[in-house]
Amino acid sequence: MKFSVNSPILFVMVGVIIALVLAQSVYFLCKALRRAKELGMDPQKLKKTARTAAIFTIAPAVAIVISVITLSKDLGLPLPWLRLSVVGSMSYETIAATNAESAMGLTFGRVTSLSASEFVTIASVMTLSIMVGIWLVPAIGEKLQNGMISMENRDKRWGDVFQSAMFIGMIAAFLGYVFCDFSTVFSGSTSGLIPVAVMAVSAIVMALAGLAVKKLKWHWIADYALPVSLVAGMASAIPITAWLG
Amino acid sequence: MKKTYMDSVHHDGRIWNLSMMVILLLFPVLVALIFKTAPNWHGLLMGLLATAPMYWAVGVVETITYVPMLGAGGSYLSFVTGNISNLKLPCALNALEQAGVKANSEEGEIISTVAIAVSSIVTTVIIAVGVVLIVPLTPLLSAPVLVPAFAQILPALFGGLGVVFVSKNWKIAVAPVVLMLALFIFVPALNAGTVGIMVPVSVLFTLGVSRLLYKKGLLG
Repeated sequence: MKFSVNSPILFVMVGVIIALVLAQSVYFLCKALRRAKELGMDPQKLKKTARTAAIFTIAPAVAIVISVITLSKDLGLPLPWLRLSVVGSMSYETIAATNAESAMGLTFGRVTSLSASEFVTIASVMTLSIMVGIWLVPAIGEKLQNGMISMENRDKRWGDVFQSAMFIGMIAAFLGYVFCDFSTVFSGSTSGLIPVAVMAVSAIVMALAGLAVKKLKWHWIADYALPVSLVAGMASAIPITAWLG
Repeated sequence: MKKTYMDSVHHDGRIWNLSMMVILLLFPVLVALIFKTAPNWHGLLMGLLATAPMYWAVGVVETITYVPMLGAGGSYLSFVTGNISNLKLPCALNALEQAGVKANSEEGEIISTVAIAVSSIVTTVIIAVGVVLIVPLTPLLSAPVLVPAFAQILPALFGGLGVVFVSKNWKIAVAPVVLMLALFIFVPALNAGTVGIMVPVSVLFTLGVSRLLYKKGLLG
């Protein structure tokens, strides 16, 4: 069979794998909903959770589609479609593809055609380099969860603080990341302020939503506050970049 | 002994994840067999040496850091569907916050799983639609006017999320936020590529500070 990065057989294989990924999500969703029913959880709360999660996901998912388009210039459509629908991230897939191409003397973004051998090499590097979590969670996930439960059983208050501290630690790292180009200000460039200003807009929108819930009792806003602050921040990036970039 | 819900989540999660791992590994093997070719072994080795050591290390640290936050069902799903720190975890944190439940309760486990499963389904469907409509979508999504918006997705996401969590836990948050700001501003090596490594550093530091504050009775 003659190879092409967009060969129909590649689309079929990727389609089948993605259908299985989708099946896993549907399986766990149904399992959680069944358990929620057994526990007598409020169906409205679950509907709200699902609705907010769906709305919140739209903008980041569109960003992933853009990454598929970017990677497809070198790799064709099926491989980026697969890679960005499974474990990995936008930045990881680009780095892995770039490294694999460099190792074969190719330059990322300037590849006009790939041989089957080059394609298999790139797909293998992208797949193998990110394969840790997928087997490590089955190996140690239950032990980690049980560790959390036994810690909470020993000291419930500390268990709550521990959980909050983990969330805050993760968020603090990303807040720091927003400032990673800030030092360019010291050399007269204002471009490092763009992510900081975008973060500030998003934070202000979220704070206003919080005030609306507290002071005006507009509780419905809480469901949409995070997606709205996300989109407002992203939209503000357009004039802010034109101004500071 | 009767199997609990959590036992069955771990049991099913193991089967799903290990099966998905085999299927994902089979993809390049099947492509090689169908097109009667072999990888460029030198390219494969050099490509892996340049990529795998860092991401394997990050994978170990991410698993230990994220599993307690994602819950059991959420972890099995997230480590198959990816985009954890920029999508699945914020989605789960927001859902737990909105539902007013604790992550390590059974209700929290259910809420987190529902949020991550819905997010995974929506992401998969949107990417699939994007692939089908790639010809009309490419000029639209690649329009220069939209480039800055999608380039700033993480600041836009963590600005909103930061307000919610920092304002509720400001005593815990001050020290790690100050430390991370100082490190990212003054250490040039820290950037988008290294933020994944800084997450566990920040989490460990925050846990240490929280333990100190808790022992001194300063956390209410």
